[in-house]
Amino acid sequence: MAIVRDIMPAFELFQPASVDDTLRLLNQHGSDAWVMAGGLDTFDWLKDRIKRPKVVIDLSQVSELRGVREVNGGLEIGAMTTLTEVVRHPVVREKFSILSTGAEAAASPQIRNQGTIGGNVSQDARCWYYRGGWKCYRAGGNICFADTPTAINREHAILGADRCVAVNPSDSAPALIALEAQMVIRNTKGERVVNAEDYFIGPSTDITRMTVLKPGDLLTAIRIPSTWAGAQFYFEKVRDRQVWDFPLLNVASAMVVNGGNIERIRIVVNAAAARPLRLTAVEDAVRGKPRNAATGEMGGKVAIAGAEPLRYNGYKIPLMRNLVKRAISGVEEAKWA
Amino acid sequence: MGVVEFATSPWGQTVPIHVAFYLIWVAAIGGLAFLICHAIYVQFMAKKEAPAHAASVSPALAAGIPEKVARHSMAARLFHWIMALAMLALLITAFLPKVGYQFPWVTYHWIAGLVLTVSIIYHIIHASFFMDFWSIWPDNIDIEDAKRRWLRATGKPAPAPRKFAKYPMENKMYHLIIVLAGLSVTLTGLFMMKRVRTPFFTRNPYLFSDMTWGLTYVLHGLAGVGLIALIMAHIYFALRPEKFVITKSMVFGTMPREYYLEHHDPERWTVPQASSLGKAANGD
Repeated sequence: MAIVRDIMPAFELFQPASVDDTLRLLNQHGSDAWVMAGGLDTFDWLKDRIKRPKVVIDLSQVSELRGVREVNGGLEIGAMTTLTEVVRHPVVREKFSILSTGAEAAASPQIRNQGTIGGNVSQDARCWYYRGGWKCYRAGGNICFADTPTAINREHAILGADRCVAVNPSDSAPALIALEAQMVIRNTKGERVVNAEDYFIGPSTDITRMTVLKPGDLLTAIRIPSTWAGAQFYFEKVRDRQVWDFPLLNVASAMVVNGGNIERIRIVVNAAAARPLRLTAVEDAVRGKPRNAATGEMGGKVAIAGAEPLRYNGYKIPLMRNLVKRAISGVEEAKWA
Repeated sequence: MGVVEFATSPWGQTVPIHVAFYLIWVAAIGGLAFLICHAIYVQFMAKKEAPAHAASVSPALAAGIPEKVARHSMAARLFHWIMALAMLALLITAFLPKVGYQFPWVTYHWIAGLVLTVSIIYHIIHASFFMDFWSIWPDNIDIEDAKRRWLRATGKPAPAPRKFAKYPMENKMYHLIIVLAGLSVTLTGLFMMKRVRTPFFTRNPYLFSDMTWGLTYVLHGLAGVGLIALIMAHIYFALRPEKFVITKSMVFGTMPREYYLEHHDPERWTVPQASSLGKAANGD
């Protein structure tokens, strides 16, 4: 584990008041700049003295990045909106309750008051070998300390591992993907909009990053279309303790049922891989089928195809199977194997 | 800014982990600079000499040379092009992600590496037992002629160099360097496959010590970035007009009799006489 040394290494602090100023600073300092949203991931890194950025850009004064706005029946959520604000927003609760449930599952009330939706989806991996400062693949080295015969890897990946076996720990990310959210990214060259499921990248693409954000990029907002407003939602997070803990696994599904049959569905798991996994094979398998235990059972089996356990995380395979089953058929229909 | 990056192992040992990635640009820019300098030199500065000993082939011998001289057998050409594709795939999958084009590259990389390895093993067996093994290695005449060319290029008196054997000296030197670089990347790459998940091995990052692994990665990286410049040079020379006959022979297997007589010494590279064609299979 990392040794918390309390005193952060020196850096130059900027507190811009607008997005334009922020982008100019990001462009000016490039990879030397560290973007700080709520600070909950940032201060771990800085106080452990593992990351030593030359420049920290604190977004707390950029008011235009805050707030939830209704747009064309959907929502646009500023990246600096706190998780508590997201959880309590009436439209989120009414139309997109999967997001409020997911965001409310993150950490603790105090952390949700400070932590932001942008920070939650952009946070770094929580693998303790990586967070401990070892020069692993994710830190630019040539080894994964968590994927060795003697490694402690109970929380690590069962799917999508490629050298690195760290997982994405976000609780709001799977809900956003299930809702077909889009991430608005700006830099000095302009704006681009990325589907939420493409916002996250795995180690096979870039082993040192969790998202598509590159130096100079800023996540400014998250757009949620009206597509899934009022659908049937399911979110469940499994963790070691019921508060202030990262997921061992979580699942989010959005579903439209017509005449007892699943007409449309999106289902996503997180903490199973280095990026939230949208289970398109499961979606294809259950679409058009009755929403019942048998369909859920089948979906659960499809979900775990190709899963490869490490030494201590084999439990994640039946856990994922059952979570997917419940996300499709509902808790009432679950038949524990 | 060093050539090699280091890290501290869990045991407190400072170990190398890989080459510094700026070497990619050093190799690419260095390779490009060489090509530009060479092109300028050939175009504007090199002396235009008549081919050495152009008339030394007896008419009788020349008459016996077939119109199309077999240079590379189908097997050799297949090896060359498979190896070339594998090498390009390896360079693309290794270095494009490092310069900003992100894609899942590891699986493609080790598959291309295995294709290269198999083709190299095939080539070693083929060259050792079915080809004129020594024809590609520099001999004393090549070295002496290289000295003569250098002296003449720098304006000093020296006898005219002889014609080439089957392969010009620069081909032989290139082959020698590519053998060293190619064997370095393939051997280190095969061991590095123990660090990633493949269907072939059980992953074992503890096969070697941290120091040995670090050196393995460094050697792999150095040979890899070296290959950027080497492949650039190879493609450049293959496309140069005066070498294009040789390039075409790697596609069609033969070169014209006139080119053979002009550049190659029939005593150092014996080809089947026109009358005996069909009986003897030549070429590699």
